[in-house]
This record gives sequence, C-alpha cells and structure tokens, in this order.
Amino acid sequence: MVNLIMASPDPAVVEHVERPAELSPTTEPAPPLTFQVKNVSIWYGEKRAIDDVTLDIASNAVTAIIGPSGCGKSTFLRCLNRMHELVPKTRVEGRVLLQGEDLYSSTVDPAIVRRRVGMVFQKSNPFPTMSIGENVIIGLRLNGVRNQKFLNERLEKSLRMAALWDEVKDDLHKSGTSLSGGQQQRLCIARALAVEPEVLLMDEPCSALDPIATAKIEELIYELKAQYTIVTVTHNMQQAGRISDFTAFLYMGRLIEFGSTTKIFTNPSQKQTEDYITGRFG
Amino acid sequence: MEIATPPAAASLAPRSAAQAMVPPSRFGDKAFEWLTLAMAMAVVLLVILIGWQLWRGSSLAVQKFGFHFLTTSTWDPVTEQFGALPFIYGTLVSSFIALLIAVPLSVATAVYLTELAPLWIRQPIVSLIEMLAAIPSVILGLWGIFVMIPWLRDYPFPLLKRFFGWTPFFSGPIYGTSMLAGGIIIAIMILPIITSVSREILRSVPNLQREAAYALGATRWEVTRIAVLSYARKGLFGAVILGLGRALGETMAVTMVIGNTPQIAASLFKPGYTLASVIANEFTEATTDIYLQALFEIGLVLFGVTILVNLIAQLLLKTLTTTSTTRAVQ
Ligand SMILES: Nc1ncnc2c1ncn2[C@@H]1O[C@H](COP(=O)(O)OP(=O)(O)O)[C@@H](O)[C@H]1O
Ligand SMILES: [Mg+2]
Repeated sequence: MVNLIMASPDPAVVEHVERPAELSPTTEPAPPLTFQVKNVSIWYGEKRAIDDVTLDIASNAVTAIIGPSGCGKSTFLRCLNRMHELVPKTRVEGRVLLQGEDLYSSTVDPAIVRRRVGMVFQKSNPFPTMSIGENVIIGLRLNGVRNQKFLNERLEKSLRMAALWDEVKDDLHKSGTSLSGGQQQRLCIARALAVEPEVLLMDEPCSALDPIATAKIEELIYELKAQYTIVTVTHNMQQAGRISDFTAFLYMGRLIEFGSTTKIFTNPSQKQTEDYITGRFG
Repeated sequence: MEIATPPAAASLAPRSAAQAMVPPSRFGDKAFEWLTLAMAMAVVLLVILIGWQLWRGSSLAVQKFGFHFLTTSTWDPVTEQFGALPFIYGTLVSSFIALLIAVPLSVATAVYLTELAPLWIRQPIVSLIEMLAAIPSVILGLWGIFVMIPWLRDYPFPLLKRFFGWTPFFSGPIYGTSMLAGGIIIAIMILPIITSVSREILRSVPNLQREAAYALGATRWEVTRIAVLSYARKGLFGAVILGLGRALGETMAVTMVIGNTPQIAASLFKPGYTLASVIANEFTEATTDIYLQALFEIGLVLFGVTILVNLIAQLLLKTLTTTSTTRAVQ
C-alpha cells in the first residue's frame, strides 16, 4: 500500500532539490540535501506516532531533533534507515528520499539502506563476545571484506575518527565491554563509521554518559560533520544549541517548527517552540 | 543552564538525617546469608552422600575386580566375571549420537521460535514441544519398538548403509534394535529440554544487540549469528550440558530399543548396552552378593562418568569464552 503512493522517481524530486535556492536568494547557494522527507506518517498498529512530517536534511550538517518524551523523535529517526520496521505491525505513508532515491520503494533492500545510513543508539551496545578490533570491523566483514591489510587500515581510521584510537590502540584484542561507558559509545560510533555510511543517525547518544564523556562525543559530532551528514536526537536543549546547525521541534508526532538552530533558539516563530525551549512547557 | 547544586550542600542534608537514624540491623543479612549457605551445602552433601552410598554398596566388588572392572568386557554372572567397559562405551556412544542429533535440531528450533517464526505460531509449537517432554519414557520406548525400529530398519538404515556402508560405523547386518536406535530415542527425549532452555537463553539476548547488528546492514541470518548466537553461546552450551546429563542417565526407553548386548562394536547397527540399562534390567536377577555389588559399582561408574563429563564440559566452556574475547585482530 505504501508502495502505491510512492511510485517511480518523479521529476518533482529534481525540482525540490532546487527549491531552497530560490527561497534564500540573499545568502549563499542552499546546501545540498541528503534526506527529503515528504508527508511522512508512521503507525505502530493503530497508533500514529508520526503525523505528516515534511522536512529536508542538509548534507554535512548536524540536524537535531528535539521534543518532549514520546513525541516521536526516535520513530522519526528510525524511519530514516528503516530501523522502525523491526517492530511488527508498523506502517509508513509518505516518502523518504536519500540522495533523491526513495528508501521505501519496493526494490530497495532495507539492509542496503542501513549500510548507507549508520546508527548509534542511546545505550552503547558493543558485541560483548568480540574484541574491540572485531567490533569495529564487523560491518566490513559482513560486507565480505577479507583483505587483512584493508581491515587494519580501516580499523585504525575509524577509531581515530571516533577519537578512540589513542586510548585503545594497545588493547584492540580486549573485549569491547571492558571499556568505560563513554569509550563504549565511541566504539559504537567507530563501528558505524567503519562501513563508511553517508549519514550517521544518533538517538540520544549521550543520555547515559557523564558530562566529560558527553563533551567528548559532542566534540566528535562537531568534527564528523565535515564528512558526514548527522541527524541526532537529544532531549538536552543546551546540547542541541551547541552541536547542531538545524533543529526540528516535534510535538505529539507533528513537526511544529524546523529551521536553523540559531533561529529556533533565538527567535522561534511558534509559541509552542518558545515554551518548550525556555522550559515553560505545559 | 541548570547548574548542579554544590555537592557540599546537596550531601549535607541527607547525611545528617542518616546520622539521626538508628543504624540498620545486620541481623537479617546474616540470617539470610547462613540460610542460603545451608541450602547450598545441603545440595553438596546430598551428592556426596549418594556417592558414598554407591561406594559402600560396591566395596566388595571394587576390592575384588579393582581397576579391571573398568577395562574388561566380559559380563558373566554365572562365572562371576564382571567388566563394565561395554556399558561405559554404550552410554558414551549413545549419548554422543543423541547430542549429535538433538543439539542442531533443538538450537535451530529455538532460533526459529525466537527470531523468525510469526508470533501466532510460536506458542502452539512451544506447547507441542512441552507435550513431547511429558510423554512417559516407557511409552516412548513402546513407540520405539513398534513404530520407530521397523521404520528405521526399512528405510533410513538401508540408505545409510548404501551411502556410508564403506565406513565401519554403518557396516554389517541391520537388526533394527541397535546403538543408533538407542541414540535416536535419547535424542527425542532430550530434545524438549535443550529446546526450551535454549529458547529462554535466546529470549534473554537484549534487543539492543540485535539492533546493533541490523543497523550495520546485517541480514536476519547475520543478526542471528553475530548478535544472538554468539551472545548466547555460553548459555546454549549450558543447555547442551543439561541435555547431556539427561542423556547419560536415560534408562527405560533406551533399554527397549538398544538391544541390550554388552559388546563393543564399531558398527552403530549392532546392539549395545548402557550403564543405566543394565542396572534396570538385572537388578531383580542379582541373586548373589557379588552380582549385586557389581551392579552397584556400575551405578558408581555412571555417577563418575556423569561428573567427569560435566567437569570436562566446564573446562571446555572456560577455554571457549576466554579465547574468543582475546582473539586478536592483528
Ligand atoms: N515499539 C512500539 N510499539 C508501539 N508503540 C510505540 C513503539 N515505540 C514507540 N511507540 C509509540 O510511539 C510514540 C513515539 O515514540 P518514540 O519515537 O520512542 O518517542 P521519543 O523518542 O520522542 O521519546 C510514543 O507514543 C510511543 O508510545
Ligand atoms: Mg526516544
């Protein structure tokens, strides 16, 4: 049924990519878009968790999704790599385009989508039976990479990108669960980066971490956006303000406001957004 | 930004409150500790008592036959020659066959039930497996004699012989009652326990592990392999050991299909005998003291074999878990 609505790629896609340029003629050309989310609604059984959300996610930028608990942040994030489908009886309407390609087209394999769109979870989840090194390269192994030299290079590169290399380079053979909470989370980031995805989704990546580990991950997110498009969920307003370029405010499954983080935090156009940001939410 | 209250102020209030309270009594803790210790010791004591009883019951035989009891193959009550080797062999081989058949089946069933099966079909299958566990051993034995053995003799055994007859294991005449039939019936008996324990183990694997694998673009099979089975393998090994324990001591149904012939034969088509079976079969016939003692010693051997196999399994488990986490990437 979903697929009926999302027929073959249409010319509107191309048109849409160019649209932001005309909207902001005064600034430099609009950034290229990684995701275009169009009128997406998501149901868990009978319950609608996301209600008609439309937004564009810019490449090489950090987009933060904020909103109160249960408003659909995780659901929205997961629909970007089809992870929400793991819950039985979910249903999606609308379209999600990744680089102009429909993610929900019947010919698209969700496993391929997830290789292109990596994900980091709220709670770190390294594979406990694997060593630190194996945790990082497992994604490549799943892709059939056998070349040891290549694996070693990618292992070091990913760990360096995740700012973890110096801390673990002598302990690569140790269990991934022997690390501290913050290190484990960075290990999970390295694991996601090792397959060189185009996008990194992060669902409250710091919510289980202490302030120092949080600061490290925030710094890391800032550095990673040079190479990756990042979409992160956070319930921490300050964090959204510090790390993101764009912010989307969700409330009860609806997108209330979306814009540059500076605008949302200094001059929101919706009363609800302002109330939420200033903590006056009722 | 919400700045945390200075720690001094935060911790001062609760501390003074705590000081005002009577320190909690440690008596409950102590009592609990002693009680649980006593329970644990009772179990250990029970095992020791059983061992001692068997030892006492067989002391004459142990003295008379000594180590020969374990290494000779003649079992002749008339001439009072007793050697347990064929029974030890029969117990180990039939249990091994049973594991070979039951473990892949049970683990695959458990994986299907937790990872793949549509929700509506899971409970009916689980109930069926539980019913299999509830079938009395002697009924299963009867089924073995009247249904399984004729069928095995007519179809699978000749097939095995045709393709693998060149190996010693599937050569020679086919009688039906055989070591292989014994192994198969044990497999059926231990299948439910391994399946249901494995299923619980797999269900206890956190969903977050599965999601980690899915998020890397793993297929369902890959998720099962890297996130579920490897996470659960220690527990699965435990399930197998539990099944093995059952297999070694399984008596009634095996006795009815294994042929009860104390011999050591390479061919699995030949009849065999197990430690548990010989005790069950000959206990009532043991008229002389030394005969009875020999049967008691068989019990002692079974006890020892079970403990030994469990110890080896524990060791294996240790090496399995330590080597896997330290395996270097280079
Ligand atoms: N697996 C699920 N099954 C049914 N409903 C769910 C499930 N996950 C989330 N929901 C519902 O969807 C809504 C959005 O949830 P979620 O996306 O997790 O919110 P958030 O991440 O913002 O806290 C909630 O009302 C929640 O009850
Ligand atoms: Mg959430």
